[in-house]
Amino acid sequence: MQKEPLLKMKGICKKFGSVQALNNVDFELYDNEILGLVGDNGAGKTTLIKIVSGAYSPDEGKIFLRGEQVNILDPRSAKTLGIETVYQDLALADKLNIAENIFLGKERLKNFLGTPIRILDKKRMEAETLPTLRKLKIDIESPRAKVATLSGGQRQATAIAKSIFWKARIIIMDEPTAALGVAETMKVRQITLDLKKEGASVILISHNLEDIFSVVDRVIILRGGRRVGDRLVKQTTRDEIVKLMITGERAIQ
Amino acid sequence: MSKNSQNTAKQKEEKKVVFLLRHTVETYGLLAGFVVLCVFLSIASPYFLTLSNIFNVGRQIAVTAIIAFGMTFVITAAQIDLSVGSVVALTGVITAALVTRAGFPVWIWLPLVLLTGITIGLMHGFFVAKQKIPAFLLTLATMGVLRGIGFIYTRGHPIYIGSRGFRAIGRGFIGPVPIPIIIMVIIWLICYFILTQSKIGKYITVVGESQRVARLSGINVDRVLIFVFVIEGVLTAISGIIMASRLGTGSPQVALGLELNVIAAVILGGTSLFGGEGRMFGTLLGAMVIGTLVNGMTLLNISPYVQMVVRGLVILGAVWVNMARYRVKR
Repeated sequence: MQKEPLLKMKGICKKFGSVQALNNVDFELYDNEILGLVGDNGAGKTTLIKIVSGAYSPDEGKIFLRGEQVNILDPRSAKTLGIETVYQDLALADKLNIAENIFLGKERLKNFLGTPIRILDKKRMEAETLPTLRKLKIDIESPRAKVATLSGGQRQATAIAKSIFWKARIIIMDEPTAALGVAETMKVRQITLDLKKEGASVILISHNLEDIFSVVDRVIILRGGRRVGDRLVKQTTRDEIVKLMITGERAIQ
Repeated sequence: MSKNSQNTAKQKEEKKVVFLLRHTVETYGLLAGFVVLCVFLSIASPYFLTLSNIFNVGRQIAVTAIIAFGMTFVITAAQIDLSVGSVVALTGVITAALVTRAGFPVWIWLPLVLLTGITIGLMHGFFVAKQKIPAFLLTLATMGVLRGIGFIYTRGHPIYIGSRGFRAIGRGFIGPVPIPIIIMVIIWLICYFILTQSKIGKYITVVGESQRVARLSGINVDRVLIFVFVIEGVLTAISGIIMASRLGTGSPQVALGLELNVIAAVILGGTSLFGGEGRMFGTLLGAMVIGTLVNGMTLLNISPYVQMVVRGLVILGAVWVNMARYRVKR
């Protein structure tokens, strides 16, 4: 635990009009860790991860990656730093196929008939997609399947594939199981554990304490824009976490 | 659980069949309509199938179609450009001024006219992307402004163009084929290629489906929006040149209401009105249907007033079908 964190944020503040969404929040994520981020609605979880993924910039506070201060200006710079996000609504293009989604914004190109004109190398992108899909053990017929035709779990897996394909060091998952059935939820939990096995760190936002207790190593609790707790899952109980989420105070044991 | 998965498998199967059926109708329905229209007209009018009429229709279609190819990008990106008729008029006037009044050779006037198109496109793109002004209202405004500039400069009188070489663009032939048709085919090939094979074509489609998804994937949405308006600006300027050459004048009064034909061609061709799905071949077909319909009505001596009504109804029908098609898919 005393190692240098992979990602560290200090004194993060963010205001929307008169609403203080985040108030002097510290946050750290260690190497090869699954971190749960919990809190009631409006606690500031989403704002916090949007700052990490480059969708918002903080009003105050500093972000360090492996001890070095970084500026995350937009989603593109987050990606360059190895931070990928699986959004709650997945942020997939329904009308494109799986391979096109995975390579969106980072297309593989080739020369057109030996001319200097660069065109999409569709075959190569589809071929490269296959191993990632296999690794996730998703039953998808072909990387050419349109996302609009996929089931909820398959879509979730595609969004995850999109982030892990690029060998992200940090993967943020926003409520990944909220819209899924039982079997698909189990699958996503398994994928999360597999990501850790491969050396990535995961920030998991969830309302579902079942998710937290089945996969997470450590949990940070937010309430009203403040950090009110930081627990190793092994050393805590559901009651304590719920209590922290609701009252911000430590449960009496 | 197994029953459930069986059900979804069955639903998937059904979905596939419906999808295939729809795909076939979408792809070949318009083509079939075009063939029927042509057969009908060749029976109804002895002039329809003459070579001179076919070339005449082809030249008219070329002006609409070239702009419609650009409009396909614009609508695929979930934008619209109502100013195209005015841009045809203005670039026609500018061309006439440069060719006749200034007496410039082609290597000077052509880049200048194309630059006018690019500038108009950049302006549209800037206001839409950077100032967040809805394209509909923006281009409604510039539709008036740009034609108005043409009127101010010419005081309402067309500028006659005497240059033989210039007139050849709209009226000449290469081999047996009219030059505008050749230009149209070349531009179509390029546009089809951009839409289906290039990175920017993919980005245009994604921006049209969801700007948020595009942005989160690291795509520069503003640049894509500016790009589609610039392409449309250039292609409209090219059409303006062809139009001026065909008429032998640059007039601020031409191409009134052209945007209706152009948008109708795109919508008829199956590009989604909601954005996110573009059909370049469909647009070509759509332009051919509209052009043939107008020509056919003229050959059959149908009054221009009735023609207006028919054209309007065709557009309404195309929009209706388009909405139904893409609403179901959502």
